[in-house]
Amino acid sequence: MMSVASMNVSKKTIEFDARKYREDFPILKETVHGLPLVYLDNAATTQKPRQVIDALTSYYEHDNANVHRAIHQLGERATAGYEGARKRVARFIGAKSEKQIIFTRGTTEAINLVASAWGRKFVEAGDEIILSEMEHHSNLIPWQLLAKDVGARLRFIPFDENGTLDFNVFEQILSSKTKLIAITHMSNVFGTINPIKRIIRMAHDRGVPVLLDGAQSVPHLPVDVEHLDCDFMAFSAHKMLGPTGIGVLYGKMQQLENMNPYQGGGEMINSVWLDSATWAEIPHKFEAGTPNIAGAFGFAAAIDYLEQVGMENITLYEQELTSYAIEKMLEIPGMTIYGSAPERGGAVSFNLGDIHPHDLSHFLDQQGVAVRAGHHCAQTIMRKLNIAATTRASFYFYNTFEEIDYFIDQLIKASEFFGL
Amino acid sequence: MDSEFRELYQEIIMDHNRKPRNFRKMEDATHRLDGMNPLCGDQYTIYLKVKDDIIEDVSFEGSGCAISKASASVMTNVLKGKTVQEAEKYFNFFHKMVTGEIDHPEEYLDTMGKLVAFAGVAEFPVRVKCATLPWHTMHNSLHGSQDKVTTEENN
Ligand SMILES: Cc1ncc(COP(=O)(O)O)c(C=O)c1O
Repeated sequence: MMSVASMNVSKKTIEFDARKYREDFPILKETVHGLPLVYLDNAATTQKPRQVIDALTSYYEHDNANVHRAIHQLGERATAGYEGARKRVARFIGAKSEKQIIFTRGTTEAINLVASAWGRKFVEAGDEIILSEMEHHSNLIPWQLLAKDVGARLRFIPFDENGTLDFNVFEQILSSKTKLIAITHMSNVFGTINPIKRIIRMAHDRGVPVLLDGAQSVPHLPVDVEHLDCDFMAFSAHKMLGPTGIGVLYGKMQQLENMNPYQGGGEMINSVWLDSATWAEIPHKFEAGTPNIAGAFGFAAAIDYLEQVGMENITLYEQELTSYAIEKMLEIPGMTIYGSAPERGGAVSFNLGDIHPHDLSHFLDQQGVAVRAGHHCAQTIMRKLNIAATTRASFYFYNTFEEIDYFIDQLIKASEFFGL
Repeated sequence: MDSEFRELYQEIIMDHNRKPRNFRKMEDATHRLDGMNPLCGDQYTIYLKVKDDIIEDVSFEGSGCAISKASASVMTNVLKGKTVQEAEKYFNFFHKMVTGEIDHPEEYLDTMGKLVAFAGVAEFPVRVKCATLPWHTMHNSLHGSQDKVTTEENN
């Protein structure tokens, strides 16, 4: 059982006009079961502003062509937009060069890319890879597959009852055998923001590279890869206002240069003979086949939008919103919240009495509230907490304090309905 | 509150969820099979004792949502003392009813009894797997399967 240290948060102390931004999101005007939609499933995917939707439409209406192949006008526009998006992403996360931005299908593919192109070259039998026990399946399974194939061993940093990492264990397992640390920046279950700078410093002291799963952090926090000094970072556009089907692997130049190719095909080659080939320059070496061009256009528009709102404003506002929600939730009898790290983001996993998350989320859906129920792609966390599932509410900057109040009211109604 | 939702979680289901019947391990079972829904973590073991084609005893253990647990509980009540052939009939009816293939389930109250309480599931496609998990597990077990049932293969 965990409880959040009492936080005396009054409603809204910073100036942030979530209502104004909501106007840009057509879907937030939807009704479900005849009620206004209260979308609290942002850790799964976020909604898209008009600007992103327009960028996708405009690409298909005005610029559609394949990239890097055509001499014609549309081909040039498509290529300029696609490569422009790469620059846009690089600037957003503070990468030195846009060459360090590899477009993938999302976080999952970005991690698989490293496990394959870096892992299969550098990880050998007897080597160890350190993960945490709070990883999303996408930062666990690729390493399991690699470890099994090459005979390497996975080691894990455990979490405690607050959902924070145990540095004593980390110090013990970090050794000369460690080849890589792959760890989440922000937990999609506990909301914990892990002390990544400290982890990276300790790893680098031993010459060990670090891959960050930024799927939950990049959408909600100002993230600067140069400042963090991470070796790799993976994230997804769809969790930060952008379209599905596109994401990023950032890598340090030296790491990328040393890696094998990932998939083979068009775009990733330089010269090809029947029995051999040479590889294109980075980043194209890792982008075989026609990429998600429209997605890149939409992604750039999403980043424009986030920068206009301001990542620092987003973080501050979400922290107030989250603290307020947690405080109100804990006033409900029978409420258990999983995770109470001092540094946390807006993903809140909980259980209400013995109401099964499936029943609770179905009840909330009937009231217009979209939350997630299940194991959140983290079955190992559930097993350690000795529960089958949780319900999770997760916020973004377009959520309002009024929505939180409504959500709380519905939780109270659910308690009554299920006879708690 | 949507009245269909209220109807779904009516008295029978809430009662069987809170006080599941035949909720126990069976030491002398002739059939035993696990069923799970990996998406939401529902997990049950169904036990059957079959002799001369009669289901002499049936029980279950495990955990999950109200719909799946009540479904397992009602199923055990209904099947006790029935023949394997009759069980087949109930299974088919239940499956058809919760997938919306039976037009007026209330007309079957006489023959199907409390099973009809689950008719409302048809309104909620995401809950069909919850209601059918215990039934599929029972069914596979009766037909001699040793393979754990998972909802991600059945549907
Ligand atoms: C922490 C974390 N890592 C990885 C992922 C996987 O992201 P995607 O499905 O976009 O590849 C998610 C999203 O569900 C996540 O929350």
